[in-house]
Amino acid sequence: MLLEAPFTEKKIRALKVGDLVEISGLVYTGRDAVHKYLHDGGKPPVDLKDSIIYHCGPVVVKEKGVWVVKAAGPTTSIREEPYQGPLMEQFGIRGVIGKGGMGPKTLAACKKVGACYFHAIGGAAQVLAQKVVRVPDVHMYEEFGSPEAVWEFEVVKFPVVVTMDSHGRSLHEAVEGVSQKALDQLIG
Amino acid sequence: MDAKTLQARLLELIRRTSCEMPPDMIRLIDKAWRKEKKGTTAKYAFGVMRDNIKLASELSQPLCQDTGTIICYVERPDWLREREFTKAFEKAVVEATRKGYLRQNSVDSITGKNSGTNLGPGSPVIHFHETSAKSVTVRLLLKGGGCENVSTQYTLPDTALGAGRDLDGVRKCVLDSVHQAQGKGCGPGVLGVCIGGDRGTGYVTAKEQLFRDLDDVNEDKVLAKMEKQLVREANSMGIGPMGFGGETTLLGIKMSARNRVPASFFVSVSYMCWAYRRNGFKISANGRIGRWLHS
Repeated sequence: MLLEAPFTEKKIRALKVGDLVEISGLVYTGRDAVHKYLHDGGKPPVDLKDSIIYHCGPVVVKEKGVWVVKAAGPTTSIREEPYQGPLMEQFGIRGVIGKGGMGPKTLAACKKVGACYFHAIGGAAQVLAQKVVRVPDVHMYEEFGSPEAVWEFEVVKFPVVVTMDSHGRSLHEAVEGVSQKALDQLIG
Repeated sequence: MDAKTLQARLLELIRRTSCEMPPDMIRLIDKAWRKEKKGTTAKYAFGVMRDNIKLASELSQPLCQDTGTIICYVERPDWLREREFTKAFEKAVVEATRKGYLRQNSVDSITGKNSGTNLGPGSPVIHFHETSAKSVTVRLLLKGGGCENVSTQYTLPDTALGAGRDLDGVRKCVLDSVHQAQGKGCGPGVLGVCIGGDRGTGYVTAKEQLFRDLDDVNEDKVLAKMEKQLVREANSMGIGPMGFGGETTLLGIKMSARNRVPASFFVSVSYMCWAYRRNGFKISANGRIGRWLHS
């Protein structure tokens, strides 16, 4: 199914764990440095209300004065677990794209504010880079360096799977439960 | 071979490693894709991986944006000096970064500043070994941060796991590491494992196993059997590609052992993601590439 900007609470609340979604609109990259910066009280370089944050440190090069995305898959999201929930609540972030899933704090925030965790396929940097059609701007490039900067990505039909929804469900919790049982049997 | 030729060959090695999946890994991913049931998220994930492998090779762009720690092993005949190789390799790394085959991936751990060139203390990592052969063998591994972060080391005995100081204890540690990693290391992965050694050599030896062909058979019969059994057991946990649930959680395990002191018994696990970026070549004194190791 399609999810197009603006990313309203109504659209997000309609999504459920397991949905294959294609996102179109503007998303912002943000990873370790910027999450810590915002959590420490830093001013966001863009308006995050109803935004989607992409946990991604892309390879971007300037060709003939234009930013060109060479590779742009997701990075592991769990490192942002201490910050993500509070930032969702503070700024009204509607969704996060990443990989590996996140924990109970983020899941609770998703339910409270009406947000989703979208899982992109880690390592699939070319398939995903193809969906970034334009890079309007970049912020905090000097402070944080290229992989940690806030890149504005205009994406078209960016493919993701909802693995944590706004109703308190998490595929990661479910899979971990199943594999824990299997492990207990194997080593018990 | 002049410095320029060596540098050009090394740049091509970096490009191929970053952009082209080794054939042994492609075969395993295709096999895993066939195994997953139609309509599942796991099948979808493998489908995206296969598309990505094709696209990266066609576009000559990185399989994964995290081009990782640059780990290079060199078997060096007398005619090649370490400092000559290092200089040529560093120049190739800077050029590869400028061209976008490598991400700017070297961060000063004290100031937090990204060098922008992939050069800095400890980057890239180069290991030299002397060889009596006439040609140089260069092996390269680009290991992303996600899978490095889920790599781990156990000390036997481990009370929580009920793991004793024996091979069954080793088995328990390896299975626990797969469970702990879930989808965070970009599975289905391959594990390099070292039994024993000190903490340092344990990790290094575990990582070195990742250079092995995925379809080789361990020369040690006990380890060969363990490798097979552990892949089967790990896959029975149902974690699946990306942790979505599914039939395939691991594509291989490569084990090795080092002697240990009586007091220590480490089990070191190096997790490599499905975007398995490793290659290498043999190059003669006149600069001719004799053979690609994984193309």
